[in-house]
Amino acid sequence: MPQKNTGKIVGVDVGGTFTDLILLDPGNSDVRLSKVPSTLDNQAFGALSALEEAAADLASIDLIVHGTTTTTNAVLERKLSRTGLITTEGFRDVLELGRRTRPDAYGMRGEFTPIIPRDLRLEVEERMDAEGRVVTPLREEDVVAAANRLLDQGCESVVIHFLHAYANPDHELRAGELVREIWPNDHVTMGHSLLSESREFERGVTAAVNASVQPLLEVYIRQLVKELASNGYGGEVLVMNGNGGMVSSRLVSREAAKTVMSGPASGVKAAAYTGSRAGFPNLLTYDMGGTSSDVALILDAEPAISNEIEIEYAMPIHVPMVDVRTVGAGGGSIARINTGGLLEVGPESAGAAPGPICYGRGGIQPTISDANLLLGRLNPGKFKSLETSVTIEQVSEIFERELGQTLGMDAVSAAEAVVRIANTKMAGAIRMVSLSLGADPRDFVLFAFGGAGPLHATALARELAVPRVLIPARPGITNALGCVVADLRHDFVNTINKPLDAVDIKEVHAVFARQIEEGERLINGEKIEISEVSRLFSVDMQFVGQTHVLRVDLDTAAPTVEDLLSAFEEAYFRRFRVELQEIRASLVNVNTSVIGKRSALDLSTLIDPEGRKSALKEAETERRDVYFDGKWKDTPIYWRDYLPADLHLEGPAIIEQMDCTTVLEPGDYADGDADGNIIITIGGLT
Amino acid sequence: MSIDPITLSVIQAGLQQVCDEMDLSFSRAAFSPVIAEANDRSDGIYSAEDGALIAQGAGGLPVFVGTMQYSTRTLIEMIAQGTVAAPKPDDIYIVNDPYLGGTHLMDVRFARPFYRKGEIFCWLSNTGHWPDTGGSVPGGFSASATAVEQEGLRLPPVRLFKEGVLDEEIYAIICSNIRVADQRIGDVKAQAAALLVGEERLNALLDRYGDETVSEAIAELRVRAATQMRSYISGMPDGIYCSTAIVDSDGVVNEPLEINLSITSEGDELTFDFGGSSPPCLGPMNSVLATTHSSVYLAMRHIFPEVPISAGAFEPLNIIEPTGTFLDARYPRPVSGCAAEVSQRIAEAVFAALADALPDRVTAAPAGTSGNFALGGNDPERGRDYVMYQISGGGYGGNADHDGLSNGCSTIGISKAPPVEIMEQAFPVLFHRYALHEGSGGAGRRRGGFGLEYDVEVRRGTAQASFVMDHGRVGPQGALGGMDGATNKVTVWRSGKAHTPEHFSKEQDIALGPGDRVHVCTPGGGGYGDPKKRSPEDVLEDVSLGRYTTDEARDLFGVAISGKPLSVNDLETERLRQQ
Repeated sequence: MPQKNTGKIVGVDVGGTFTDLILLDPGNSDVRLSKVPSTLDNQAFGALSALEEAAADLASIDLIVHGTTTTTNAVLERKLSRTGLITTEGFRDVLELGRRTRPDAYGMRGEFTPIIPRDLRLEVEERMDAEGRVVTPLREEDVVAAANRLLDQGCESVVIHFLHAYANPDHELRAGELVREIWPNDHVTMGHSLLSESREFERGVTAAVNASVQPLLEVYIRQLVKELASNGYGGEVLVMNGNGGMVSSRLVSREAAKTVMSGPASGVKAAAYTGSRAGFPNLLTYDMGGTSSDVALILDAEPAISNEIEIEYAMPIHVPMVDVRTVGAGGGSIARINTGGLLEVGPESAGAAPGPICYGRGGIQPTISDANLLLGRLNPGKFKSLETSVTIEQVSEIFERELGQTLGMDAVSAAEAVVRIANTKMAGAIRMVSLSLGADPRDFVLFAFGGAGPLHATALARELAVPRVLIPARPGITNALGCVVADLRHDFVNTINKPLDAVDIKEVHAVFARQIEEGERLINGEKIEISEVSRLFSVDMQFVGQTHVLRVDLDTAAPTVEDLLSAFEEAYFRRFRVELQEIRASLVNVNTSVIGKRSALDLSTLIDPEGRKSALKEAETERRDVYFDGKWKDTPIYWRDYLPADLHLEGPAIIEQMDCTTVLEPGDYADGDADGNIIITIGGLT
Repeated sequence: MSIDPITLSVIQAGLQQVCDEMDLSFSRAAFSPVIAEANDRSDGIYSAEDGALIAQGAGGLPVFVGTMQYSTRTLIEMIAQGTVAAPKPDDIYIVNDPYLGGTHLMDVRFARPFYRKGEIFCWLSNTGHWPDTGGSVPGGFSASATAVEQEGLRLPPVRLFKEGVLDEEIYAIICSNIRVADQRIGDVKAQAAALLVGEERLNALLDRYGDETVSEAIAELRVRAATQMRSYISGMPDGIYCSTAIVDSDGVVNEPLEINLSITSEGDELTFDFGGSSPPCLGPMNSVLATTHSSVYLAMRHIFPEVPISAGAFEPLNIIEPTGTFLDARYPRPVSGCAAEVSQRIAEAVFAALADALPDRVTAAPAGTSGNFALGGNDPERGRDYVMYQISGGGYGGNADHDGLSNGCSTIGISKAPPVEIMEQAFPVLFHRYALHEGSGGAGRRRGGFGLEYDVEVRRGTAQASFVMDHGRVGPQGALGGMDGATNKVTVWRSGKAHTPEHFSKEQDIALGPGDRVHVCTPGGGGYGDPKKRSPEDVLEDVSLGRYTTDEARDLFGVAISGKPLSVNDLETERLRQQ
């Protein structure tokens, strides 16, 4: 048996701006948090300085779980390892041609840079047909010549991607052997190995992304592990995957593409864990940042997973990842009057630079954050403490000049209008995400996190008719918390693609069995303490003739054909309110997730119980006028860490903490729970 | 105006949301891939008085942007005249007649009266592209029909749902006249359910803000959208801007069809005059009036995507009725090519005319064809008949900021092409090539994007190939000194012999056997600006990546490239560029 660990655990998540860290010692309820600027060139520095900031004694730590944006940034900025493609003759341009699309429905513009340039995409003689029968045998000397040529051109990594390899991988496997014989490292990705599904563009891009980030991720992780070791750390390093599970640093770069959604996935994972402990297993998560916001759905404490994430225009990564959708509104979204005289918020954003006016970095256009400041929701004192020459009066002047004059209102009313329109649009976008995932938002609790999520959460909930909002104890370090609470997880997808009446159910059972076996083998190989291994089974189904599939969860790995049909019909009716006995169903994919659950962690010390006051009044730090619904209201301001454990609080109120502000509107009320969460009930909805 | 500007913005977002939710519901539940995968559908809200467009889903197919208000208006007029039965709550009308505010027969419109307090408050309507509506060719894209009757079943507005209940008798008539009828019930239910979603959401919006406030907001939003469009037009220099765009042929008579457009910009209005365009044609390349108007609107929206889709946005655009031309086809002219091809040529004419006036906004001409290739045959191995549709993209035009996109979707569509692997799973074909159409991007300071080249073989059984494409005679136009993109080329290899369609891009029922092949090169986009002003480094990159040859670099761009590794010969380039 490998050595299993217990004890102190660190989660460290590198975001676009900050690197967040949480250190938990389940033994003595010690919790330490830190937040330092991210170092994007080498994220390891930020991670180390976060550890230093938390005064963590590395030798005493037993496990470090890491969320990284190394691969995300590499793809979005196309700072990739030099990668070549060896593919079927006649098809080298598949990665460049895409699926005949454009970025926006209107505007015949746009640009697209393929992930591997054309001169590094080489063709070899070989061909399979859709049934997996050889049409043209693999010309092995072509493969060797292509690999040599790519090496000559300085490639570090290579993709072998053949048509219909999902149906018969023989040619890819053989080509892989040949390439490995001469390739100087392990960076050989075969198209079918990450994703054994038809659709050559999507499978090819997934493999190409994997290959192009693999060397970078490997170097980075190796360096991180080395740095940690030289600072006295002797334990395991696990890395967050986009599926919300973690994988050991030894294995992670093999399937590097799976880390592309690492950051957002850990936030959602933390939400699922926190919500489930709080008794709210069904959540809509809302993480509002500076330029955009992320929305995800959690059902029965499991984040919704998608195999069809597109991380930017024409960049599909088809491996199972937490289905996080981005909404184009954040604190930096700019408000303006359009040429029709209507007030609009976004989609342009002031981003981090120059940022909102109130950041004092040269921003001169009104943003959502500025509006929150003018309305008294954000603490004006905080901005005074920044090294900024901008005053509230200046912000107010800009609002009056840019917006108020045209609309015939003063700066404050204009600010309220900006927030109201922003909330309407964000709520609409959240609703669309929720509906497209088949869920009515009213059946969920809104879990708000990120720097600005809790600022807008109650208004969004009211707009969406969501009755409750959950604000976790530490909204600003949710991603790091996700690292700490994540489980080991491996997902498997195999394509069947047959009408249900032609399915050999024994074959389905055998696929499930293989998936379970492989998952358990991987999990048992990790040196991590597991409290139990659980398995999730599902199938993707559709009616014959449809192109969209519907995921149907199963409670067994040995379903009968009748089970599949009735589960599908029920799920279909629930989703679309349509019954279609007239048409046959078909089984597309068989899926298993094998999850190594870790022991439950106590979150009650995320906010130090010692620091809490016994009475609400004592937690009040000041009162200020805050603008609600057209009127200034004298509003108490509380410091989150002081709030009594048995909190009950009526709105209006503002709750401030280190990196986050929560707004309670008039009529709302908040209660605390054992983990330090605040549960807000929206007035007038229940 | 008594309504406050904030409520106005909020209601605008609310109306848009209603439409977007209808779009989502329709696509997710639909069966035919054209709707479910390709989003060949649109949903919207239309006024009770005259069908004017109030709001339409953002993800709807662009060509429907203007047609549905005509369709709804015609329905309202026919009800008023008594030629169509009066509505009752929960009725849904079905109509696909092209001459009653439509496109081609495959675009089937549903319209549902939306009642408040016993009165019709507005109409909810959607259009979905059905995979087949009968006629001589599976799928409906005939290249040689000479009357609409050959194109399929034509439905006047009839109530398919009467007070919420499907009229099985009407439905039986429809099913007896179309191919693959067994799956249509799934689409019919999806299309009807989307309107129901719209009704629920619109009721919620009205309950929240009040019927009067919302009515007032709708009227005001129309004014605002018009103001917005007007402000953009006022920014254009006054003048008359002319262009010509060519449709290869009507598929029956091998003569080019001309679209002659002159746009007069005066103050804050534009007037579009298609006078002098070719007369109605014998073959199916006629356009009905609604489609002609819609094509102008969608072109303007491509130029000004910020302006919301609303009848107000169209107000400053005066379109002189193109009476007597093929852009105003009347019964029984065949029209199956209007939505997919003629519409794109109209948009091209708009782009070409306005490129001088709006050089920062307008792109050179995009490939502008849907690239329909239909293959119908029998697969002896599976013992069944099949109909395969291959749609393909082409290059987009260069623009002030960028080179054109390669293999972009049609101007009027947003649909993805199916993957080769999926085509080969479903049909007895084998693709030998699916590649960039090298050299096809029109030369320019910003070059056009590249088209697609594919080569597909029939593996077994016999089949008939049909093509409805365009830009085979002339390529997509360059702008501001840029050159045209490459033309569309179709070659059919039968028993080793090459056959090219007489009409360049259109032909019907070419018999194929096992081993025969179809080779298609789609158009590249037009170039933007003088190719001699393109940076030599950009030309070198294109040559290094095999997109152009060194000869093309020299002849088209005046850049001398040679050696290994390739490099630019500066002196020679200077000499070439001074010629």
